[in-house]
Amino acid sequence: MSDDTKTRDTLDVWVAGTEEPQFTPTDEGAQEMALHETESRLDEELGRVVDDDYLFEDVIDEDERMILNMGPQHPSTHGVLRLQIELEGEIIRRTKPIIGYLHTGMEKTAEQLNFSQGGTNVTRMDYLAPFHNELAYSLAVEKLLGMEVPPRAMAIRILLTELNRCSSHLVALATNGMDIGAISMMIYGFREREQILAFFEKTTGLRMNHNFIRPGGVAADLPPGWKDDVADIIEQLPKRLKQYDDLLENNPIWLSRTRHVGVISAQEATAYGITGPALRAAGVDWDLRKAFPYSGIEQYEFEVPLGENGDVYDRYRVRVDEIMQSLHIAEQVMDSMPKGDYRVDDRKITPPPRARIDESMEALIHHFKLFTEGFKVPPGETYVAVESPRGELGCYLVSDGQASPYRMHTRAPSFANLQALPIAMADSLMADTVATIASMDPVMGDVDR
Amino acid sequence: MSEENGTVDEVVVEERALPENTILRSLFEEFEDIIWELSHGQDVASVPRERWAEFGESAKAAGFEVCVDVTAVDWMRQRPDRFEIVANLLSMQHRLRLRMITTAPREEPSVASLVPIWPGANFAEREVYDMFGVTFEGHPDLTRILMPDDWEGHPLRKDFGVGSVPVQFKESNRVS
Amino acid sequence: MATTAPGNLLMTTVDKAARWARTRSMFPATFGLACCAIEMMATGAAHYDLARFGMEVFRASPRQADLMIVAGRVSQKMAPVLRQVFDQMPDPKWVISMGACASTGGMFNNYALVQGVDQVVPVDIYVPGCPPGPQSLMHGILTLHDKIMKGEIVK
Repeated sequence: MSDDTKTRDTLDVWVAGTEEPQFTPTDEGAQEMALHETESRLDEELGRVVDDDYLFEDVIDEDERMILNMGPQHPSTHGVLRLQIELEGEIIRRTKPIIGYLHTGMEKTAEQLNFSQGGTNVTRMDYLAPFHNELAYSLAVEKLLGMEVPPRAMAIRILLTELNRCSSHLVALATNGMDIGAISMMIYGFREREQILAFFEKTTGLRMNHNFIRPGGVAADLPPGWKDDVADIIEQLPKRLKQYDDLLENNPIWLSRTRHVGVISAQEATAYGITGPALRAAGVDWDLRKAFPYSGIEQYEFEVPLGENGDVYDRYRVRVDEIMQSLHIAEQVMDSMPKGDYRVDDRKITPPPRARIDESMEALIHHFKLFTEGFKVPPGETYVAVESPRGELGCYLVSDGQASPYRMHTRAPSFANLQALPIAMADSLMADTVATIASMDPVMGDVDR
Repeated sequence: MSEENGTVDEVVVEERALPENTILRSLFEEFEDIIWELSHGQDVASVPRERWAEFGESAKAAGFEVCVDVTAVDWMRQRPDRFEIVANLLSMQHRLRLRMITTAPREEPSVASLVPIWPGANFAEREVYDMFGVTFEGHPDLTRILMPDDWEGHPLRKDFGVGSVPVQFKESNRVS
Repeated sequence: MATTAPGNLLMTTVDKAARWARTRSMFPATFGLACCAIEMMATGAAHYDLARFGMEVFRASPRQADLMIVAGRVSQKMAPVLRQVFDQMPDPKWVISMGACASTGGMFNNYALVQGVDQVVPVDIYVPGCPPGPQSLMHGILTLHDKIMKGEIVK
């Protein structure tokens, strides 16, 4: 913990083919499992609290257990998560998720970028829900600035974030299905997603990582003809979702692989800070869109789907229902999109339109100042949270009056959700691991930042 | 926080600022040395370091079932205590948010761990340890979580450089 | 099977046939790390089908793969793992560095990332983009096929 500023030289990593690798592969990264503090904690971890039929004897010989390493490179498409699993035969006794394989130093980078550039950085954290990241960041900056964005900007933000919720849940369903074995789900999910991504590309210019929601509003207005595209999506998607139901809903293989698997009860979920579909699947009615509404979402009517048991099946069901609800919100936004500015008119914050730069000296100066120096935000700190497809995505922003944040921290939902993996996986079979991880839907960019 | 004016029958008591919300109010009234502020409409409690865990337990008993996040800010030389530890709490039953902050000194920064109260603070505190070097007493497994195990230094401290590699045609990374 | 004796007609034809076979069923090993991995999955999905090139089976085990598409940002912790997976692949093998972060470190020029995956493994094709769309990735893959067919990359 010294103030040691020696950094690892990035060029120290060996260049291919010139030297011997400096590591011994078999010892790499073995970590201590969680230490037991008390008898009751030990009982919890060994799964003795749960009554099950696999436990034939009360005391298990320590020698019969094997520690298995799963990841960080493994075919489950959830990124670079590494699990150290203690197995007794096929049954998992203890798990330790080891993360950090995608750590990008985004919070450090955020201190180097100014406030309008911050969106490019933040959007790559949870890369399946980039609009939500940008929204949380922009709302935090706007709170510090004390400004309100115009109603059209708020409506555009809601439209984009709700469609993004659909596309993120489609990936979750696709990978969930593929991991459990229904490989056609992968094709279905990505097929639907292409339609939504085409709309995003038309609006923002990019399929992913858009940097479109910026402090002050959005970057550009919706393109002409957007209503037809959105109406198309709203019409097509429910029919395709019905195809998923045909494949999975009454499928006995699916049901037996997902029901009562990876159970997280409501108490465990609240204790571990889990939010999002995993919490709602356990039966807790908590959605930030209803509890602490943001960006004008309270004007739209929608329901919050809940589950009962907190198992993999409930999480899958909650996600499918959430897609339907998000489409309902998108439809209402489409029908009631207010006219007006798509961003705040304050020239100190948002750049002037490009055409004005030729005409007005002031516009030129504003443009220059904004793109070289950036706008300064008064000192303060705030925490703003939005409901991302994975849970509560929050941005804690501290400013000290400069043009770049003093500290920007993102409260990542997947980071907190992963803490419950050991609990969800305790005493279950090895084969259920994959289903459980897939249903928690962690995005490693979010976890590691 | 009462000041005596010298004479027996004139006692000047400073009115402590308290939140309006009844649940928060009773929580703050329980602790005399905790300062309440409003930061952009959000309730913030400045807690002395020794009462960190105690306040956390009372907050949980008052209805804050979820600890959303634990993080830190490195104020370098701008403040007497270098590190500021921030914990964001959430009460689902009362629909309230509360932020508790405390400070930790430059040498051997250490704060009580919130993991015995909210198990969900586990990874967050490990991250603060990894990135800032602040230790949490009572944490079951305080090891590096994001950086490799043999990494030296704490990246998010202000005296740890960005570590950028020089790039042709680009002079600096710092914007302002 | 690189020919060292040019002019031998029989060997050249067999060599050409070998190159043809290698390009027509290159199995990628998944090294999907971050956002680029999603675009890689989209490339393998129905809209931008990779199966028409014989590549839709993403082998999980590097021992059965010949192409490693490094899709995403490689952190310091991940670099030894990357090298280990690359070493486990049997010859002939190729590496495509997909995206800005894999090629040069991208927008994250900081302590946490390896600035370019070519510090760790030898790269044959760099695909720029953040993330590169499926069309860019396919262009990169087809360029690799071209280069192998023409004999520019000899393994």
